[in-house]
Amino acid sequence: MKALILVGGFGTRLRPLTLTLPKPLVEFGNRPMILHQVEALAAAGVTDIVLAVNYRPEVMINVLKKYEEQYGVKITFSVETEPLGTAGPLKLAEEILGKDDTPFFVLNSDVICEYPFKELAAFHRAHGQEGTIVVTKVDEPSKYGVVVHKPDHPSRIDRFVEKPVEFVGNRINAGIYILNPSVLSRIELRPTSIEQETFPAIVRDGQLHSFDLEGFWMDVGQPKDFLTGTCLYLSSLAKKNSKLLTPSSESFVHGGNVLIDPSAKIGKNCRIGPNVTIGPNVVIGDGVRLQRCVILESSRIKDHAWIKSTIVGWNSTVGKWARLENVTVLGDDVTVADEVYVNGGCVLPHKTIKANIDIPAIIM
Amino acid sequence: MSNFNKAIILVGGPSRGTRFRPLSLDLPKPLFEVAGHPLIWHPLCAIAKVPSIKEVILIGYYDESVFAPSIRTWALGFPNLKISYLREYTALGTAGGLYHFRDAILKGNPKRIFVLNADVCCSFPLKEMLEVFEEKEAEAVLLGTRVQGDAAQRFGCIVSDAVTQKVRHYVEKPEGHISNLINCGVYLFSSSVFSLIRTAMDAKADRLASDPTIDPTDGDSSSVLRLEQDILGPLADSRRFFVYETRDFWRQIKTAGSAVPANALYLTKAWQSGSEELAKPSANIVPPVYIHPTATVDPTAKLGPNVSIGPNAVIGAGARIKDSIVLEEAEIKHDACVLYSIIGWQSKVGAWSRVEGTPMAVTEHSTTVVKNGVKVQSVSILSRECKVGDEVRVWNCVCLPYKELKRDVTNEVIM
Repeated sequence: MKALILVGGFGTRLRPLTLTLPKPLVEFGNRPMILHQVEALAAAGVTDIVLAVNYRPEVMINVLKKYEEQYGVKITFSVETEPLGTAGPLKLAEEILGKDDTPFFVLNSDVICEYPFKELAAFHRAHGQEGTIVVTKVDEPSKYGVVVHKPDHPSRIDRFVEKPVEFVGNRINAGIYILNPSVLSRIELRPTSIEQETFPAIVRDGQLHSFDLEGFWMDVGQPKDFLTGTCLYLSSLAKKNSKLLTPSSESFVHGGNVLIDPSAKIGKNCRIGPNVTIGPNVVIGDGVRLQRCVILESSRIKDHAWIKSTIVGWNSTVGKWARLENVTVLGDDVTVADEVYVNGGCVLPHKTIKANIDIPAIIM
Repeated sequence: MSNFNKAIILVGGPSRGTRFRPLSLDLPKPLFEVAGHPLIWHPLCAIAKVPSIKEVILIGYYDESVFAPSIRTWALGFPNLKISYLREYTALGTAGGLYHFRDAILKGNPKRIFVLNADVCCSFPLKEMLEVFEEKEAEAVLLGTRVQGDAAQRFGCIVSDAVTQKVRHYVEKPEGHISNLINCGVYLFSSSVFSLIRTAMDAKADRLASDPTIDPTDGDSSSVLRLEQDILGPLADSRRFFVYETRDFWRQIKTAGSAVPANALYLTKAWQSGSEELAKPSANIVPPVYIHPTATVDPTAKLGPNVSIGPNAVIGAGARIKDSIVLEEAEIKHDACVLYSIIGWQSKVGAWSRVEGTPMAVTEHSTTVVKNGVKVQSVSILSRECKVGDEVRVWNCVCLPYKELKRDVTNEVIM
């Protein structure tokens, strides 16, 4: 089988992290975001993966080469010379996606969930029509495009309602699809939207179905959602009793959902959790309090620091008694001095913060 | 005439010093402890170092019982000083109070009289003032200091002769710039000061009598007489008043927050003079730090600079305290951080919490900062028996007694 991952541009919404690494390589739950997707696709029998990108960073090519061998898949870059929207990249990759009659997966690279590719493919084959989109239930459908079904059918889509004022349903497009190659003939090679143009056309022909997603779903394209998504992901690991999580029997674990790379070092009298990921070679000092945060590779959190709702970028240092909170994001190689308070600071790489950041600000 | 001197410390009263709230809700301001001693102990200590001063009289309108226990303690600490307290029953103003007690003050015929305001924090260079007094054959010597920028307008401004240091002009809190030399609130007078006060009283009475807009039954009668406005101002030019300009530290203690810079200044002074009372420097003690002998400080806690820890206070493991005063029986739990703050008696600061004020330069002579267009106290203050929950952040807040803070608070007065 085949798949296309819509990566797109420079991931500006996830800056300052994406100033250092391309978005697909930023670690989510201690593994590059794209690895979650490649692994799930390979497990579902996908052998050809197309990455639809606007640019092709060297670092990504090398990393993906490694995954090709590891998972026995072929990964191809499809580089847009101009942004082609969400449907155009499919046409651009027609050669691969349309090389045989089997359906192909499409997914947004920002979406994190328990990818149900096997079940999705089976469901798609069962109804035998052109396309299936994964839908997820949300509390506030008014912020999204809502999927409305035909009254006489449980999965056939009748229409989409963008940001509905009145309640018409709570299933929204989760950004994951399986489509027959015939869909490619519906798309022109120009900037075009799969949600706005391609799907409505398939719906008119009664050929589009929905598939309910089980478990969590999150678009983690920006820091606030990245943190929320991390919480959801860790909770799902906990539900599955994953061996990846640090057991609550560890004295420093507080409230569970703690994922620590084995190479990280944790000091004495720490209280860590809930919802914390700690990357490789991270050093956590004594008396450190961590909750709802992501500490990326080779960072150092010094004694008695307090961190909440924060992403600490790679190779960064957080000083003693520092306090970070309110969606603070430190880029690569940032230093926060001892005793400094950072409230919602977005700090670009290689900066040193010596004075309090009292109100949310971008530190260039 | 004898050759001994007396000192008067003007301590005010409970209806004054309201700006020192909330800390003065529990304790008279002069007895509030900084650098391990009550505020008023610091001038007493300076007085005790001048051999010619044999007697100290505190004048104020607190109840006698307020100072009695302290005076008994100080009598032991300063055996060469006779210390007493005289209570004013009506507020007579600083000069009016002096005049009221003139017989007691003049008893034994002292040659010169020091007058010190209790709400002043400085090095009290009394010997130097005496030297100027003798050299100039002065009627009065004022302690003066230079301040920066607009700060001068909040104090009494002195214009002095650059060569002779004679006071030529004096204005209390001028509207515009007069001089950056200000009155420190520490004076040395000859014993003839009472005739000066009498002259000023008569002058004021004449002024009031001839002013039809003033109701003579009003509070502002001629017996209410302030040293600054009614004596120094009108008489500055015509009398032999001189100023001794100190290059040492000086700070007024009006608001509760000003206890933090006062604490820092007195600790620095103690440190520079090699005081044995201070904690020995180490990896976790950044001098100057005062720790009361009965306090318990975990060896992994980091303290200083400019920290005073009161009796029976408990500081937990990995706590951090800087530029702060921790009062009697307060508890700082493990990994908490206290910066530019005052932690009141029996207050508790939770684990990983952060009580924080805004650092201010001592030279700014201010204890407020403007944040989002609103003036807030720069120092965070917890009064008696306040409680800050674990991991809570308290920032630029003043918390009245017996309150519990469970959530983060910023720029607030918590009633």
